Amino acid sequence: MGNILIAAGLLVLGGAAALFSGKNARRANFFGAGGALLGACVGLIPAVAALAGRPVHPLRLAWGLPIGSFSLALDPLSAFFVVPILGLCALAALYGTEYLLPYASRKSLGVPWFFFDLLAASMLMVVVARDSVLFLIVWEVMALSSYFLVTFEDERESVRQAGWTYLVATHLGTAFLILFFMLLARESGMTDLSVAPAMSARLASAAFVLALIGFGTKAGLIPMHVWLPEAHPAAPSHVSAVMSGVMIKTGIYGLMRALTLLGAPPAWWGWSLVGVGAVSGILGVLFALAQHDLKRLLAYHSVENVGIIALGLGVGMLGRTHGLPLVAMLGFGGALLHVLNHALFKGLLFFGAGSVLHGAGTRDMEHLGGLLKRMPWTGTCFLIGSAAICGLPPLNGFVSEFLIYLAAFLAVVQGQAAWGSVVIAALALIGGLALACFTKAFGVVFLGEPRGNDAAQAHECGAAMRLSMAVLAAGCLFVGLLGPVVLSWSAGAVGQLAALPSAESFDSWQIAIMPMYSVSAGAAVLLSLLLLTAVLRAWLLRGREIGRSLTWDCGYVAPGARMQYSASSFAQPITGLFSVFLRTRKRAAGPEGYFPGPATYATETPDVFREGLYRPVFEGALKAALRLRWIQHGRIQFYVLYIALTLLFLLVWRLGCG
Amino acid sequence: MRLSALHLPLALLCAPLLPGIINKVKAFFAGRTGPSVFQPYLDLLKLLQKGAVYSRTTTWVFRAGPIVALASTTAALVLLPLGGLPALLAFPGDLVLFAYVLALGRFFTVAAALDTGSAFEGMGASREVWFAALSEPALLLGLAAMAKQAGKLSLTSLYAALGPAVLLKPGGPALLLVAAALLIIFLAENSRIPFDDPNTHLELTMIHEVMVLDHSGPEFGLIQYAASLKLWALGALASGLLLPVRTGVPWLDLFAGFCGLFVVAMFTGVVESVMARLRLTRVSQLLAAAAAFSVLALMLVRSAP
Repeated sequence: MGNILIAAGLLVLGGAAALFSGKNARRANFFGAGGALLGACVGLIPAVAALAGRPVHPLRLAWGLPIGSFSLALDPLSAFFVVPILGLCALAALYGTEYLLPYASRKSLGVPWFFFDLLAASMLMVVVARDSVLFLIVWEVMALSSYFLVTFEDERESVRQAGWTYLVATHLGTAFLILFFMLLARESGMTDLSVAPAMSARLASAAFVLALIGFGTKAGLIPMHVWLPEAHPAAPSHVSAVMSGVMIKTGIYGLMRALTLLGAPPAWWGWSLVGVGAVSGILGVLFALAQHDLKRLLAYHSVENVGIIALGLGVGMLGRTHGLPLVAMLGFGGALLHVLNHALFKGLLFFGAGSVLHGAGTRDMEHLGGLLKRMPWTGTCFLIGSAAICGLPPLNGFVSEFLIYLAAFLAVVQGQAAWGSVVIAALALIGGLALACFTKAFGVVFLGEPRGNDAAQAHECGAAMRLSMAVLAAGCLFVGLLGPVVLSWSAGAVGQLAALPSAESFDSWQIAIMPMYSVSAGAAVLLSLLLLTAVLRAWLLRGREIGRSLTWDCGYVAPGARMQYSASSFAQPITGLFSVFLRTRKRAAGPEGYFPGPATYATETPDVFREGLYRPVFEGALKAALRLRWIQHGRIQFYVLYIALTLLFLLVWRLGCG
Repeated sequence: MRLSALHLPLALLCAPLLPGIINKVKAFFAGRTGPSVFQPYLDLLKLLQKGAVYSRTTTWVFRAGPIVALASTTAALVLLPLGGLPALLAFPGDLVLFAYVLALGRFFTVAAALDTGSAFEGMGASREVWFAALSEPALLLGLAAMAKQAGKLSLTSLYAALGPAVLLKPGGPALLLVAAALLIIFLAENSRIPFDDPNTHLELTMIHEVMVLDHSGPEFGLIQYAASLKLWALGALASGLLLPVRTGVPWLDLFAGFCGLFVVAMFTGVVESVMARLRLTRVSQLLAAAAAFSVLALMLVRSAP
């Protein structure tokens, strides 16, 4: 446990040293990234030990606050989250050393490094904290440090707006969490999070709803997701990767921790997670399809993937409720593995998007194209990430989605066809739409001809950024091929979630994941067939005449880059089909008259929930606040009078009640 | 095990017969003699002997397209039972892997199409992913209905269990709905009429053919071959349900499986002769109908005790 504290300390120290490096960008890079890398290495040691089944002693220190205690513990569930958090933070730090350099002439790099390291340290503390007061404190540090990272480019109006949205949303979520922890503390009589309080079913359900809203806001579940597509694109790309890849997973962690505390779930908990998961997954990918800002598209995909995780959790809970332990284990296992997988491929994709922004200067897909020739490393890594996020074998996304599928199919066969088929339908539709979305993202950005000057002059990124992308791409392939190995690390965490006795959990999990060995065999068969076919093609073309020419455009001799299908036109059939949900706005000025001038066509898909749900509510709140404005008139005498009156009221109340 | 090793080579050998049969049936309906059913083999041989032409716009993704298409369809065949023959690789949940390896092939075919930078191929790619997004839920829900009736989770045990006895049990006839859904998916995924017309030479009306417009020579041969393997793979899913001959004698069952596939090919030929292509907006409705059939079947079948 001491190692975790040392890791957090190293992170904070590195960040502080970077902060005091002043304008010296290289020194800030050295301290900031060095602290992150060193801290991650130290912190991973106990996490790996805990995953391997060795118990790590909990730690409890005295502190000066009247409530709560500084108690930390590292059980398998925490350890399973520590690994992606520290791993992705280390790679993002490496990536950031190069990504941030172009900003060095305008800004001090010490500030973003300080908040980056603080964010990493606070995420680490969130998943090991075992006291609700400590949890809320580090939770708030995490929210604030990521807020300052989101507003890194605060000279831009849109970034400041995004920052405000994020700040408001995260605090609304935290308000629900404060209520949740107060309810827990009231029932158990203490703020300790390692013992489950004995609660009545009604109170447990109330606590579940509070946790679902509070943690769901951080995780980005629909309809609490509105901050996510604003904040993630605004942040620097390595921070987007960390926020999307692991920070939103602290919300999932919180939800899982809450489940271990609230006892046996009634069926409607599982149903509500399946429902929220299906809606988040399907709407998330649909909104992603309608975007043409690359980073915004990726941010909506985080909503989709969190939806898949929620589906897995819901299946696990329903399996627990209906006494189907195998279904429960597979569902929870799929959700857990998807947490790790999403960190791998979403980190990779955001790194890739950052490299595009770095090399081509824009993230508007309609101005990109043909980047694979100019940025072969970034393009290839982005392709691997795209295939992985679509859940295609032999990559990692398939393994976790397969587990959830298998759980749902098992449920259908064992007489729970209702929710089983909802999960299957949702996953299949999400899979199909994700394929559409990522063939669009990869195809429009990296293939074909450049649609603008920026893209034509794009350049590849340097070694640090390439290395961090290559490591993540290798991770995607590793989990895809060796799924059972990775899954056996999650045995303890699955046992905790499925409420199995810890002695049993390892063996029954080993039995549950037997089909995964065959999945790995299938992936190996697929890879060898790919290799074989590639050899066959090379052999067929050996010594043959190879011609080069223009793309065949039915005899048209001067095809131009602007004639290509664009991001919007590629997605139009699907967005048109689902226009009821998307409400895409079109602005078109067609050619008119006998001598038509230039025509324009633009589409924009604002978030339906933001426009339809939150805007009216917040506008109402603002109106109500304006009504009370007469109290605020700026005369100090009256303010003193307010204080005196309040004190008088409190005095009377105290005497009256005492 | 010895027998299951036989299916893959047989499928690899016989798959090009299916487009041959379809064309023969179409010729019969048009009152022509038509090419021999072995014509696809001759076409393949000719293509494999040619050189290739590449667009200067393309990258390695374009070259990878045909490779992945062929490899992934072959991988799907590894998971596929036919008649009484079990698949080479069978495990609980292999039906999901089956659907997803086909999706891998689609991903790379679409990427290769986008790599050419041609508006035509972009259009085909866009339509392909649109149809696939709708047919995927229909396919997996249909398989779920079959799994529920048979009480099994792998394609091999599923199809082995779905003999006449299980199909005539209460709820069993509802699987006819799944068969209808599978036939619709078969036509959609293989880009046949009423979804796509493999014969038109006007690129605007085509989907699959227009995506592979720029491929040439041996690579185009690989694509054509992969397309006939895909006909085989999805055709076997539908025919295994429509002709549930389970005698227990492997050779007889295998023969029945072959007959089933040829029947599906003839059915395709008939459909292509008597129907026109649907308007594109209608396609989503037909695929939604397939999904509705699957859901209905899921509600009607009784789970195995």
